[in-house]
Amino acid sequence: MSNTANTQKKNGFLAGTANYVDERVGVGGILKEFGRKIFPDHWSFMLGEVALYSFLVLLLSGTFLTFFFQPSMTDVIYDGVYAPLKGAHMSIAYASSLDITFEVRGGLLMRQVHHWSALLFVAAAGLHMLRVFFTGAFRKPREINWVVGFVLFVLGMAAGFTGYSLPDDLLSGNGLRIIDGMIKGVPFIGTGISSLLFGGEFPGHAIVGRLYSLHIMLVPALILVFLAVHLFMLVIHKHTHYSGPGRKDTNVVGYPLMPVYVAKAGGFFFIVFGVIMLIATFFTINPIWNYGGYDPSPVSAGTQPDWYIGWLDGALRLAPTGIEFMIGDYTVSTNILLPLVVSLVFLAAVAIYPFVENWVTGDKREHHVLDRPRNAPVRTAIGAAGVMFYAVLWAGASTDLIATNFKMSLNQVLVTMQISLIILPIVAFLVTKRVCLSLQRKDREIAIHGRESGRIVRLPHGEYIEVHEPLDPHDLYKLVDFKDYKPTLARPNAQGKITVAARVRSSLSKFYFEDRIAPATQTEIDEAAHHAHEIEAEVQKAIESSK
Amino acid sequence: MAQLKRKLNGLRRSPRALVVVLFAGLLVVGSGYTAVQAAVSPSTAVTRSQEQIDLGKRIFLSNCASCHGKNAEGTMNGPSLIGVGEASVDFQVSTGRMPGAASGPQLEVKPVQFTEEQISALAAYVGSLADGPSIPDASLLQANGDSTKGGELFRINCAMCHNAGGAGGALTEGKYAPNLMGSSEKTIYEAMLTGPQNMPVFNDANITPAEKNDIITYLKYLQNNRSVGGDELGNLGPVVEGLVAWLGMLGLIIAITIWLGAKSN
Amino acid sequence: MYDAGLRVIHEDAVANPGIEPHRVRMTDKSVKHEKNAVRQVAALFTLSMLGSALALYAYFAFPISEDLTTVRLNTLYLGVGITLGLLGIGIGAVHWAKTLMPDNEVSEERHLTRGSDEKRAAAIEIINLANQESGFSRRKLIRRTLYGSLALFPLPGIILFADLGPSLGDKLRHTAWKQGTRLTKDPYGSPIKASEVTIGSVFHVIPEGLMPGEENYLEEKAKAAVLLVRVDPDQLIETEERASWSYQGIVAYSKICTHVGCPVALYEQQTHHLLCPCHQSTFDLVNGCKVIFGPATRPLPQLPISVDAEGYLIAQSDFHEPVGPSFWDRSVQQ
Repeated sequence: MSNTANTQKKNGFLAGTANYVDERVGVGGILKEFGRKIFPDHWSFMLGEVALYSFLVLLLSGTFLTFFFQPSMTDVIYDGVYAPLKGAHMSIAYASSLDITFEVRGGLLMRQVHHWSALLFVAAAGLHMLRVFFTGAFRKPREINWVVGFVLFVLGMAAGFTGYSLPDDLLSGNGLRIIDGMIKGVPFIGTGISSLLFGGEFPGHAIVGRLYSLHIMLVPALILVFLAVHLFMLVIHKHTHYSGPGRKDTNVVGYPLMPVYVAKAGGFFFIVFGVIMLIATFFTINPIWNYGGYDPSPVSAGTQPDWYIGWLDGALRLAPTGIEFMIGDYTVSTNILLPLVVSLVFLAAVAIYPFVENWVTGDKREHHVLDRPRNAPVRTAIGAAGVMFYAVLWAGASTDLIATNFKMSLNQVLVTMQISLIILPIVAFLVTKRVCLSLQRKDREIAIHGRESGRIVRLPHGEYIEVHEPLDPHDLYKLVDFKDYKPTLARPNAQGKITVAARVRSSLSKFYFEDRIAPATQTEIDEAAHHAHEIEAEVQKAIESSK
Repeated sequence: MAQLKRKLNGLRRSPRALVVVLFAGLLVVGSGYTAVQAAVSPSTAVTRSQEQIDLGKRIFLSNCASCHGKNAEGTMNGPSLIGVGEASVDFQVSTGRMPGAASGPQLEVKPVQFTEEQISALAAYVGSLADGPSIPDASLLQANGDSTKGGELFRINCAMCHNAGGAGGALTEGKYAPNLMGSSEKTIYEAMLTGPQNMPVFNDANITPAEKNDIITYLKYLQNNRSVGGDELGNLGPVVEGLVAWLGMLGLIIAITIWLGAKSN
Repeated sequence: MYDAGLRVIHEDAVANPGIEPHRVRMTDKSVKHEKNAVRQVAALFTLSMLGSALALYAYFAFPISEDLTTVRLNTLYLGVGITLGLLGIGIGAVHWAKTLMPDNEVSEERHLTRGSDEKRAAAIEIINLANQESGFSRRKLIRRTLYGSLALFPLPGIILFADLGPSLGDKLRHTAWKQGTRLTKDPYGSPIKASEVTIGSVFHVIPEGLMPGEENYLEEKAKAAVLLVRVDPDQLIETEERASWSYQGIVAYSKICTHVGCPVALYEQQTHHLLCPCHQSTFDLVNGCKVIFGPATRPLPQLPISVDAEGYLIAQSDFHEPVGPSFWDRSVQQ
């Protein structure tokens, strides 16, 4: 009797709580629906999680900082503990950042956690985007999610830029100066927008406060909204998985959410947070005390933005000399507009890529099995060219550091990069495509003939052959299960006319699929196996007869 | 009173008056010029012994004359050293920049070739050729100035080449402003005073000796107080921070994800 | 049911062999390994607890003062403690999942994302019903005036932002320099005599009267910052119009880059080049500060200078053109 009562009491609390919540929220149903959802397991699927977790770290550390930071540009004379700034004029924003650094326990740690986490957030999001691109995870039904992710990436850049400009130090202040110069160069409306943004002449007294509103309120809110949509679609579509035994477009293979994923993904949050904390403990980031408060007269050698804005700074540096021109009395600042337009075109190309590829292939089926990059050679080559373009622009932002630290001429470094910006993406495309095709050929050969075993056999008639071991069917399947496309001719439409669109589509399909390696089929494998058996039989006969 | 007046009037017209006026004029112009010169170069009296100068000349002839000319008048390979002053020689030779070795965009710091005695002798010799900036007195090198003023002056006059943290920076065509974190007070002072190669000259009217002391105080503070945030990553700014984020943090995390997703044994 | 487009379907493609058989882990086979794994996980969680305790201890044991090394110590130990506290949990949880939780791969069916035909038909019916009952398609007048009102209502919200910043008027065309303004040293404001500017010097200059802490200090400085340099007059290449703008080889140029506004502060004494550190625009000082490298186009504006009765350098007037980055109507006559 007492046993039952005890057991009842022991289970009572947990069961009681569960019952209470279920009666009010219906968690029972949610748990049933999602508790054993299957998630595939591959390290490359965790990059998005890294971005998500670093965003959480940003929210936590950022909230702490908002309790101490004051976004005012009112001039004040510093009277804190950092001796080389005592008595100097600066804004309250800068002074409060110094106070956080030197006079709040854990303040410097939180500042560094926050800034390192921001760098990691955008890096992980970018790498995640590259993984999605190179594995074709943006195909139907995930095209919209690609655009949502793209928006998140841009929002991440915006959050970072507004954030590092808040301390109003010399380095970020010069960054704002550059932004102002760019805005002023926009035709017609440039000076108007500049005045609206800065509340009058640069630098004014408004910008830090306004960036603060954007940084702690609007941009994080937008990120959360788009994140919610991003994750919601992940739940609806379920995660993709790489091809392999048992994996199809109609299923998902992996581990259940509870308990494996809760443990792994939950633990992973602590790991990401821990790594950020580790770096923030041992490495200085953004030593604002060295820069001093913003003043339009001094400037530091090696003035660069944070890495994710680097490609835009590089675009400015790589613009050719003297391309600004006049139309009558009006100035067209091409030296600013060209980098701006190139950047926007690049971003647009990234955003619309899934729709372009979808139009070319005309494949309206849902895709849940990922491509190995080698099996989509032209897509991978386009991605490589895009990455190279971005990388050269990014490297372009550090021309002066490259020159100083590798003992080169600044001018030669820059000219080399200008040339590389055009040449290297083309080279990257050609090389990557050829490498992918070669890898595909290799895969095909292994699939059909098996792995080289290292055993050399001399046949009776003198021929040397290497014996190949056939593949295990599970390994074999990974090599042959990929989607194969071929180009199309331009066909006349219902009216009998060949439209421009049809012609373009046909040319693009040739560009994409002209060079293709088809997957090995069962027939080919059987034939090769048969041939191998014949040789093996001959070998055995020869061994027997020699005895 | 009237008698005095008449006497003075007479004197005014005498030929001696001319001499007096000339002498007075010379005095005024001379001291005015000296005062101005003092404002632009330290007027510390320089003591050079003839022994030093002779030693210096011998060293000069065997090590420097091939590029700078037998009388330091300059050749195609090296500029004239007449008027560069002892401070220039001390700076160039005691940092190892001189004797110049390979040709390139600018002189490189190399192991120092001469002893202190020899450097003093060289400086004395070159200084004796014509007036120029002299080696700063030790009282100016105490680094006991105002580090706040020093920091402000450093950021306005120096940081654009040498970087806000003194890490150095790029100039055009392969030239560069070096890292300052290993430089002595004397070296820093002399560099400001003499403007080596493409570094501008910061004479004492531009940055006064007290202000130079402030800047040195600030740089010494940076040298002696490593960052409170941890390793400074060379003070090279966001570029290196980005590299650490990608290669360090993301690299480490990816290694962990590979471990995480791998099947356990 | 969907068109596969350009996809080639091979009839004799290799069949899917099904999920690989489960490979048994040591911790599944051997109790000793399992116990080890349990101990390892527990140790990691314990390490985390110790780390968090260290962090709490360090917060109080390392107070911070004027001595900056206390800041470093506090940051270091607090950080190490929190790091261990976090990594302990994380690595422990993952190790637990990998070694002790079942690692059998399971398959779950996917459903087509699109709704079933019945659901879609029902949805379409609902929409049609809503359309019918509201009369949305049918009532053109209501529909069109609705569009009009929805299009216009946000506009007042947008126009609210117009007061974010006053029109700049002609502020961009004038700086604090006027006839007779003395050139003074940045930032403490002492005037400069022509004789003090020796060959090879560079002075960073602001107009007299600009004092930090005053209203508009930074705004005026952002336009009025000037570089003052003396070169050998024989090396100066001057147009006839500008021959009077220099004084015995001393020239003054705006420090604000004509690219996007950074201070063009690097002066190379021997080459007479001015280098902007932001995007490496390079200007030739002896030749009217024309651009010789980098993305800028326009030369730096020159400040006409002279000396006053006491020998101090003064401006003859404001710049003859707007300083700083280009803007659309920069050259339009006012």
